[in-house]
Amino acid sequence: MASVQSKRDQPWLMRTYSGHSSAKASNTLYRTNLAKGQTGLSVAFDLPTQTGYDADSPLAKGEVGKVGVPISHIEDMDQLFDQIPLDQMNTSMTINATAAWMLALYIGLAQRRGIDPRTLSGTTQNDIIKEYLSRGTYIYPPGPSMRLIADTINYTVKHVPKWNPTNICSYHLQEAGATPVQELAYALCTAMAVLDRVKASGEIEPAAFPQVVERISFFVNAGIRFVEECCKLRAFGEIWEDLTLTRYKVEDPKLRRFRYGVQVNSLGLTEPQPENNVQRIVLEMLAVTLSKRARARAIQLPAWNEAMGLPRPWDQQWALRMQQVLAFETDLLEYGDILDGSPVIAAKVKELIEGARKEIDNVESQGGIIAAIESGYIKRELVGSHMNRLRAIESGDLKIIGVNCFQETAESPLTAGSDGAIMKADPAAEQGQIDRLRAHRTKRNDADVRAALQGLVDAAKSGENVMASSIRCALAGVSTGEWGDSLRAVFGEFRPPTGIDIAIDNREVLGKKDQVTELRERVASTGSAIGRPLKLLVGKPGLDGHSNGAEQVAVKARDVGFEVVYDGIRLTPQQIAQAAQEEGVHMVGLSILSGSHMDLVQSVLQELRSRDLAGVPVIAGGIIPAEDAEKLATLGVRAVYTPKDFNLNTIMADMVDVIRECNGLNRIGSLH
Amino acid sequence: MTRTSLPDPDQLAVRILRGERAAVAGGLNLLDNKLAEARNCAARLLASLSGERWLNEGHLVGITGPPGAGKSSLVCAMIREWRLAGRSVGVLAVDPSSRPELGGGALLGDRIRIKNSSQDEGLFIRSLANRNQLGGVATEVWPMSWLMLASFDIVVIETVGVGQTEIDIADIGDTVCYVAQPASGDTIQYLKSGIIEIPDIFAVNKCDLGAAARKTASEISRSAPRQDRREDWDYPVCLVSATMNAGIREFHEQFDRHRKYLARTDLLRGLRTRHQSAWVVRLLKEEFGTLGLELAGGRAGIERCLGDNASNQFAEYERIRKHLLSRFMSVNPPSSLTRKEHSDEQATV
Ligand code: B12
Ligand SMILES: Nc1nc2c(ncn2[C@@H]2O[C@H](COP(=O)(O)OP(=O)(O)O)[C@@H](O)[C@H]2O)c(=O)[nH]1
Ligand SMILES: [Mg+2]
Repeated sequence: MASVQSKRDQPWLMRTYSGHSSAKASNTLYRTNLAKGQTGLSVAFDLPTQTGYDADSPLAKGEVGKVGVPISHIEDMDQLFDQIPLDQMNTSMTINATAAWMLALYIGLAQRRGIDPRTLSGTTQNDIIKEYLSRGTYIYPPGPSMRLIADTINYTVKHVPKWNPTNICSYHLQEAGATPVQELAYALCTAMAVLDRVKASGEIEPAAFPQVVERISFFVNAGIRFVEECCKLRAFGEIWEDLTLTRYKVEDPKLRRFRYGVQVNSLGLTEPQPENNVQRIVLEMLAVTLSKRARARAIQLPAWNEAMGLPRPWDQQWALRMQQVLAFETDLLEYGDILDGSPVIAAKVKELIEGARKEIDNVESQGGIIAAIESGYIKRELVGSHMNRLRAIESGDLKIIGVNCFQETAESPLTAGSDGAIMKADPAAEQGQIDRLRAHRTKRNDADVRAALQGLVDAAKSGENVMASSIRCALAGVSTGEWGDSLRAVFGEFRPPTGIDIAIDNREVLGKKDQVTELRERVASTGSAIGRPLKLLVGKPGLDGHSNGAEQVAVKARDVGFEVVYDGIRLTPQQIAQAAQEEGVHMVGLSILSGSHMDLVQSVLQELRSRDLAGVPVIAGGIIPAEDAEKLATLGVRAVYTPKDFNLNTIMADMVDVIRECNGLNRIGSLH
Repeated sequence: MTRTSLPDPDQLAVRILRGERAAVAGGLNLLDNKLAEARNCAARLLASLSGERWLNEGHLVGITGPPGAGKSSLVCAMIREWRLAGRSVGVLAVDPSSRPELGGGALLGDRIRIKNSSQDEGLFIRSLANRNQLGGVATEVWPMSWLMLASFDIVVIETVGVGQTEIDIADIGDTVCYVAQPASGDTIQYLKSGIIEIPDIFAVNKCDLGAAARKTASEISRSAPRQDRREDWDYPVCLVSATMNAGIREFHEQFDRHRKYLARTDLLRGLRTRHQSAWVVRLLKEEFGTLGLELAGGRAGIERCLGDNASNQFAEYERIRKHLLSRFMSVNPPSSLTRKEHSDEQATV
């Protein structure tokens, strides 16, 4: 029944992921975006809010309002949604470890405004499992995290029925290097773990369980191989339909539908020739819209300058317009499913399903996703896949236009402006937020705050759902840090495996003399000239969770012969300097993508000096604008690497030379 | 020449004994340094650190077991107890290196498990790659642990229990603990291999996993043979969970109990002497091979010398080394050994 439909389909929900500086500034941004035709809101929170710290916590220093909006208490939430009617808005919040808290603030605010929580619609991302694997804003150990997810599901199903309490995410897995099969498998394993946990909580009557299944939605990625990606989404839908029927006995097909939102791939967006990113984004969007049966419910797109820094309003507008052109100018929404019946598509879908099922069985046989996270298995698999991807880019097998081929370019007018073509958060925002928070603390009723927090702790200990007590906390004026710390005291904290302990790759030995073998000789001979094998500390200071770069640098450094110390993300400059001292390393390599590099690098340098380690060379990598790289150089940073430096072998050769120079040896120069 | 100048060993020793972290770090770097002038300096440092302390004070604890059994997590839990009791702790975490033809690199990933996030001046962790030395623990571990013993009350050495490292650890620690992974092939292999003779304390971790852990514990209890072993030590088998913090206090108490037992029975001094000679033996073997070792009287002879002379292991090593060198030289004047002695320098580009 190939047919033109009589009526155009409704387009998907169009969003722009945004938020910065302060609740007030973000509110202004949201209202302009809505005026431009955006149909839902997607809130980006800053890292202290995501990791449960107050703006005045020492751990929040330099991070407040940087990559998202700071929300410290209910007054911030009120300001963020000023003049935005909560009952008519569809609000997506990218919030995880503190999802129960942000939801409590949102519900509390609705109550305060006299709005029935039953009318609220939107999403809390609330998939803490993938935080351990990719996104990095975890706080508590897996057990309590699963419990928090279950609490929000149990609560919203009863009291906020239009809310999507969790978005199972495969998006972030792809951003950490996952293959389509890995994305399918691990996201579905996570969904099963969540549903099993909710079931086990016993809070939902068996008859109502299908409603819980229906509330589970997904947040998915679409990369540049758009035919395969399109098939991946069909595969997702088919496995989910089957799984919900066989494992959870949901009979009603409507409740078994695979509902998902999308942000398209950002990992493949490049710093060189950034205008090419527009083509990439559009093609990736096609993957999730082309097939009507597997079409996204909501889409948000990155901007052309993704690899340079945060987008400005104009950059985001451009991304929104891409969606609008596809939805309103093309004929896409006039047809039924244009891929149904294609044997090529069907075969590819089948292949993906088979691969995914095999990996799902593998994870289940290891005791399920939580066990496979704790053992480090899944993280290792992801680091391995990402390593393969980078190797393919280095070798040229995987072509990235403008990066490893077709590099020649005319000067771009897009990047010519004086603002560096990126958005810079208001540097005064941090102090402003701290002042606001301190003023707020003096205005609340302390007895109410204490009682509300005690209620939260009691619930956390007893196993009672934490949502009701969190809403009480919200209304009493409790702060994000107080909520987070109260639960830290009950649940403890957790650091997941780093996954870099993957088997060494020996494809490159086998007698062949290549860059890696040459590097191994350089590392070894430099080590014996200095007296001991070269030792490298890879450090991730601050709240930044972007671990890909650090992991790949660590893995490559080990492969070329370094002894590598890497303790994972979210360390303080003191911890990093202390590790450098205790470990006696020859070099400290910092990786910072959060935009807080100036503050953090200076702190690390300071801490190193105070430990008599001024002689240990420091290098840095990440999202570091050229002007900042120059400033860092004058502070004493020996080298700065950014995404354009895609060749890790070249970086390694350079690192060896920096170490040689600092130890009175001559540089060797570039690889052959 | 490399630019980094070598520290004054006597001054460094004073600072290490005072517990200065920077000095401990610097001392460890020096002990790791293979350049000829650094080795002289290191020998002097160790000589000025050595003394009675190395024969009868402090506590050297060796932890071994298969990868992933939870050694680092348990070390973390024990450190908590030691620190609560006001004792300072130094940790040497030894990880495998990749094979030399694969670059010989290493990932040193134990800190993340051993250290909880707080700042603690009474805890010092150094990770070390085993660098494929005879398949076992790197020779540097001996002097490094002695250096740490000069500065910390407790020194813990964590090694991955594969093959030779398990045997080596018995030549380093006063108290050796094997951490078993419930229901794992590694543990069964271990029980069969005979090296079960080595540990003084057994821990079956992850008892939160239930039956599997209990089964492994009873298997160990059954197979730990008693003949030939120190009679009045009971080789406890502890069921623990590092993550659930279960059984930790009782487990932890076994270490103090064992240390007291060694002191009470006067075993400690002999044990330490034996460990010192094990290191001398290892060095001599590396430098002069089995033949050289034989000429020096073998392990037993060296042990006897160290015990009788009550001299320190460095002086003893130097003495034997000189003796051997002169013997080799008189036999074969244009000796390859002379060249070997300077071979380090050629690397100084
Ligand atoms: C992948 C990605 C993610 C993944 C991260 C997965 C992971 N575990 O790493 C996910 C999806 C989880 C993610 C999340 C977020 N992200 Co993000 N993310 C990216 C993205 C697309 C690519 C980064 C990457 O991994 N590249 C691949 C690696 C290999 O490259 P690399 O890290 O740059 O490293 C290379 C060099 O820089 C250098 N290098 C880097 N470090 C080091 C260290 C040493 C020692 C050496 C020698 C070299 C070196 O060598 C590498 C080889 O080329 C960038 C944009 C972009 N295209 O760059 C945004 C980006 C970094 N993210 C951004 C933001 C804001 C976020 C969020 C904070 C959003 C939010 N508000 O919640 C979240 C939260 C993350 C957190 N907890 O901190 C911003 C940062 C803005 C800024 N700096 O001003 C960026 C720039 C996107 C944007 N334009 O807005 N993100
Ligand atoms: N279930 C459970 N897991 C544990 C326990 N102790 C450690 N682990 C986990 O086992 C893995 C390996 O731990 P680690 O201490 O690094 O082991 P090591 O390789 O022996 O040092 C980690 O994922 C730990 O979280 C425990 O008592 N119970
Ligand atoms: Mg370990």
